[in-house]
Amino acid sequence: MDLNTVWFLLVAVLFIGFFFLEGFDYGVGILLPFLGKDDTDRRILINTIGPVWDGNEVWMITAGGAMFAAFPHWYATMFSGFYLALLLMLLALIMRGVSFEFRSKDRRPAWRSLWDWSIFGGSLVSALLWGIAISNLFRGVAIGADMQYSGGLLPLLNPFSLLGGLVFVSLFSLHGANFVCLKTKGELRDRAHALGSKIWLGAVLLTVLFVIWAFLTTDIVRLGAILAALVAAVALLAEGWFHKQRQEGWAFGMTSLTIASAVVMVFAGLYPRVMISSLDPAYSLTIYNASASPYTLQIMTIVAVVFVPIVLIYQGWSYWVFRQRLGREDTLEY
Amino acid sequence: MMDSLVLARWQFAITTVYHFFFVPLTLGLSLLVAIMETRYVRSGDESDKRMTKFWGTLFLINFAMGVATGLVQEFQFGMNWSEYSRFMGDIFGVPLAIEALLAFFLESVFLGVWIFGWDKLPKGLHAATIWLVAIGSNLSAFWILVANSFMQEPMGYALRNGRAEMTDFGALVTNPNLWHQFPHVFFAGVSTAAFFVLGISAYHLLRKNGSREIFERSFKMAAIYGLIGASLVGLIGHAQGQHMIKSQPMKMAAAEAIWESEDPASFSFVALIDQGDQTNIFALQIPALASFLSYNTFSGEIKGIKDLQAAYEAQYGPGNYIPPVALNFWSFRIMVGVGSLMVLLALYSLYLAIKKRGAQPSWFLKVLIFAIALPYIANSVGWLLTEVGRQPWIVFGLQKVQDAVSPNVPPGAVLLSLVLFAVLYGALMVADAYLLGRYARQGAAADTH
Repeated sequence: MDLNTVWFLLVAVLFIGFFFLEGFDYGVGILLPFLGKDDTDRRILINTIGPVWDGNEVWMITAGGAMFAAFPHWYATMFSGFYLALLLMLLALIMRGVSFEFRSKDRRPAWRSLWDWSIFGGSLVSALLWGIAISNLFRGVAIGADMQYSGGLLPLLNPFSLLGGLVFVSLFSLHGANFVCLKTKGELRDRAHALGSKIWLGAVLLTVLFVIWAFLTTDIVRLGAILAALVAAVALLAEGWFHKQRQEGWAFGMTSLTIASAVVMVFAGLYPRVMISSLDPAYSLTIYNASASPYTLQIMTIVAVVFVPIVLIYQGWSYWVFRQRLGREDTLEY
Repeated sequence: MMDSLVLARWQFAITTVYHFFFVPLTLGLSLLVAIMETRYVRSGDESDKRMTKFWGTLFLINFAMGVATGLVQEFQFGMNWSEYSRFMGDIFGVPLAIEALLAFFLESVFLGVWIFGWDKLPKGLHAATIWLVAIGSNLSAFWILVANSFMQEPMGYALRNGRAEMTDFGALVTNPNLWHQFPHVFFAGVSTAAFFVLGISAYHLLRKNGSREIFERSFKMAAIYGLIGASLVGLIGHAQGQHMIKSQPMKMAAAEAIWESEDPASFSFVALIDQGDQTNIFALQIPALASFLSYNTFSGEIKGIKDLQAAYEAQYGPGNYIPPVALNFWSFRIMVGVGSLMVLLALYSLYLAIKKRGAQPSWFLKVLIFAIALPYIANSVGWLLTEVGRQPWIVFGLQKVQDAVSPNVPPGAVLLSLVLFAVLYGALMVADAYLLGRYARQGAAADTH
């Protein structure tokens, strides 16, 4: 296996980590106004992800950094081409990021409500835009021979990619509801469970429709992608069953598997391409024409092999430290 | 109608200077809070814990802004400067990715543990987490400066396949520019935190409210911290200037407004600069001092801007290689002037903390409140000098800024993004200042919930 493929896999792993982890903290943000009946509820919800959301977001930053280092043309084409979408995402992420810290530092209801809506909006918009961006990667955009995409925002907002955005929002919401079930107790936990059942139905419909549409109209029909899609479908259906049984750990595991398989489906369908050109297959960016030099890939491989396991260990430890459920009687930092 | 290039430059300048309002305090205060908590672990004294938590809360409010605005930095290289990313990605992407993997994970994960772990971890382990945050934050400064140092003084590369490709990773991390710039930034962070703590402690000492002991202690710690920080920033900055005479002579010639090569070269305290006619209309000078500052001896030629322009035209082809001289000249003088003032203020603060404990004169305490602004001024003009002085290059000698901008992003999109960032950043500055002010005034005993 060449290093280009190794880095393709590593970027895929980083996106899996990002969507698996930040999927539930986006989800908690999206569910905040629906699950939080009063200020204490909302504080509990925010505190379930309080210690971990920032570390989760670093998965996204690392994925971006890895794209930049290993596939500079991918990073350059995508970030300049998806300009306005990423601008909106940045605004959403900035608002969301400061909200966690600012929200509970003043008692006034208007102040808290402002940052609560900013957490909700920031999470929703980020999830939606990531769905739209990833869908467009494999649906194909008008990349020319010069590796540039100059089409602007509107062609990215096509029905297929918008559906992809909704799939992300629904899966992350479900994932978030499962996380809340695992991390809270009492009424809030029950409410998250009830809401999870409703989201599940929507998530199944949207996801099935999207996957069928993807295999019918895009160029990702590969054995690996099909297998991954099947795993995602089975996991999502199984989630419904575990959810009914109130097997919360299993249900969370199933949304995790669904999200991971969905990312695998996309990457397996893309390989060896990283962005598909809708103008001419020859203009697609691949892990070869978009990549860094072999020397740079070597250096990056050494760094990743040494440090990714270390990160996994201490980030895992941080989840273990905060393994307890939160209730109304607990001290809430945020 | 302004073009994308001009707008993208403004966006980079605004978002980066804004981001760097928050970064130095994060760098320095994380370390100071770690020192305070270590003190608590050793003494077991509850007032040390209250001191740690008081400054820790202010640290967190500031940290959130640094993290949130830092996202823009990673994205905008690709968004606005895609040609730069293509040309430089093989080199520049590496320290950025390493920064995320080695530094951001460390600071983010352990900061979460620190904030929420007061009752969950043993005291020593809890203190260890804020040390890891401090290490992570400063490591992130190191790696981003690895990237920036390549832009100032490229090494370890070859021009191949239409881009700069890395040939020697070791050369990137041993770049002499880095080993001046990183300690300079590190101690600038220390100074920023020191004056922040000094100013807020001074406010509380003036009000003579409760928790006096905590603010006396903070005052003394910050005075020591600030004296070390501000002195070393200056000393390292001096060495950095001497290095830059060799590595980026145009930047230094512009910073000194030296148009004609001189040996020995005079130093201008003030100058009225006419960039159009390439001359100084008026200058207050000391003979040979510029040579002395550059070479530690009262002789030695400093190349003038005009000669350097001619040399660059011969080397790189026709073009204007002269950065905005007045901006460099005054940035340099403000940085050095403010830095020197900080050394004096820290020195006098330390004298007071040792000799006049409990009886600092109120006029000086008032001065210290305003002095919180000093490091912010010095940090900002320092970066203006560093980045503006490199113009027209984005990577010195390899790529010009005008060739680095995204060709596929229309001016309207950049303008929209510039306006939205400016509006959002303005609003967040108000919210941040409000919270910092509120918690800074509240005192160390307050319940934060």
